[in-house]
Amino acid sequence: MTADNPVFEPRIIGFLCNWCSYAGADKAGTAQNLYPPNVDVIRVMCSGRIDPQFVLKAFEQGADGVLILACHPGDCHYKEGNYRAVQRYRLLLQMMESFGIEKERCRFDFVSAGEGDKFVNVITDMVNTVRAMGPVKSPV
Amino acid sequence: MADKPKLSMYWAASCGGCEVALVNLNEKILDVDAAFDFMFCPCLLDTKKKDIEALPDGAIAITLFNGAIRTAENEEMAHLLRKKSQVLIAFGSCSAEGCIPGLANFHSRDALMKAVYLDNPTIDNPGRILPQPETKVPEGMLHIPVFFDKVRTLAEVTDVDFFIPGCPPEPHQIWNVVSAVVAGAPLPPKGSVIGAGRSAVCEECDRKKEDKKISRLFRTYEIIPEREPCLLEQGLICMGIATRDGCGALCPKVNMPCTGCYGPPEGVMDQGAKMVAALGSIIDIGDTKGLAEEEIYQRIDAILGAIPDYAGMFYKYSLPGSILKGRIA
Repeated sequence: MTADNPVFEPRIIGFLCNWCSYAGADKAGTAQNLYPPNVDVIRVMCSGRIDPQFVLKAFEQGADGVLILACHPGDCHYKEGNYRAVQRYRLLLQMMESFGIEKERCRFDFVSAGEGDKFVNVITDMVNTVRAMGPVKSPV
Repeated sequence: MADKPKLSMYWAASCGGCEVALVNLNEKILDVDAAFDFMFCPCLLDTKKKDIEALPDGAIAITLFNGAIRTAENEEMAHLLRKKSQVLIAFGSCSAEGCIPGLANFHSRDALMKAVYLDNPTIDNPGRILPQPETKVPEGMLHIPVFFDKVRTLAEVTDVDFFIPGCPPEPHQIWNVVSAVVAGAPLPPKGSVIGAGRSAVCEECDRKKEDKKISRLFRTYEIIPEREPCLLEQGLICMGIATRDGCGALCPKVNMPCTGCYGPPEGVMDQGAKMVAALGSIIDIGDTKGLAEEEIYQRIDAILGAIPDYAGMFYKYSLPGSILKGRIA
């Protein structure tokens, strides 16, 4: 959001697992599917590697939303990393409200290597949702 | 007297438990007195702020500063004691990380004022009067310290040399620090956490630990835990796994889960986030496998629903020192 461009464009940090979701993003790219450019992708070896500190740090640094994409249940390259990730995510969500961060700003989803279309849908939906919500309000 | 190095202790937003912890050195307090001129401590001694102001800069060898920074008075004393002290130690959890006063950071300043002075069921305030920094009375202007929007740690307002964690710090750890200073031991690098370990409370806890798989969580009043096994494995939320050691695992030893008063272990930025990581990993994933994706959330939420306030539990001692420091919106 600048003086020239009053429309709010959210900045979203996306943590994508190397084996499924990142490959899914790649697939969307090679198929030249269009999706909004608001998500800064950080590739991690497994969604189970995503320390909840990373998510809080993203918000602290001014992110308007955080997206965590993992392999579908049963598809984890390391067998169980995505289950741990989803459990941490649900627990983290329980705390978000106390920090004044709406739950919609932190989203988890499953995207496989073949799901370029789903990747596009999830990204588009997340960006539209957060854009409608506006920026995270400044400290009270 | 005057040739002994000066020791001072101050309380900002705190409860006085840190002073009690110092007194709990028991007979060793005499050794402290023999080694230092214990010259300022509003809780225990009668010296005043003007006595500190009259000292040359750096005249105090060591200041143990306990309490968080809640008001302008707290901040003013932090700056004054920093100027007058060679070594400023953030003493206790409030000063190091914000502790219980810091939990107020989950609410706005206005909400706090409203809860305390207007909405509290035991309050009788028909004039709906809120404290003001300045009040005009016939005799002149009255001043009380400004109440800040947020609770801050000591290190957020001034330069801190060392940190001694704990709510309160354990007397044997205070003694370790004092005796090392008296013996002339070399000081650790500036910014170090002293009087504590570097690992987690589990390191000092002698409970039997096995593979951690929890399928149900309990609050402390719901069960009487077995004596031997790890409390976390029994479904009690024991913060020891995300808390610095040094206390001797006192609480788990007497069947009470650790609440996290020694703050995050070495290298951890955010105690609450680390507890999310730990607890999220040890909820038994066995029953989750094979569920449809939409049912996974339901199952996890059903287990997590047993505990009403994760934020308050995980950040009980460390909110102002954590990554987000409190509400950000």
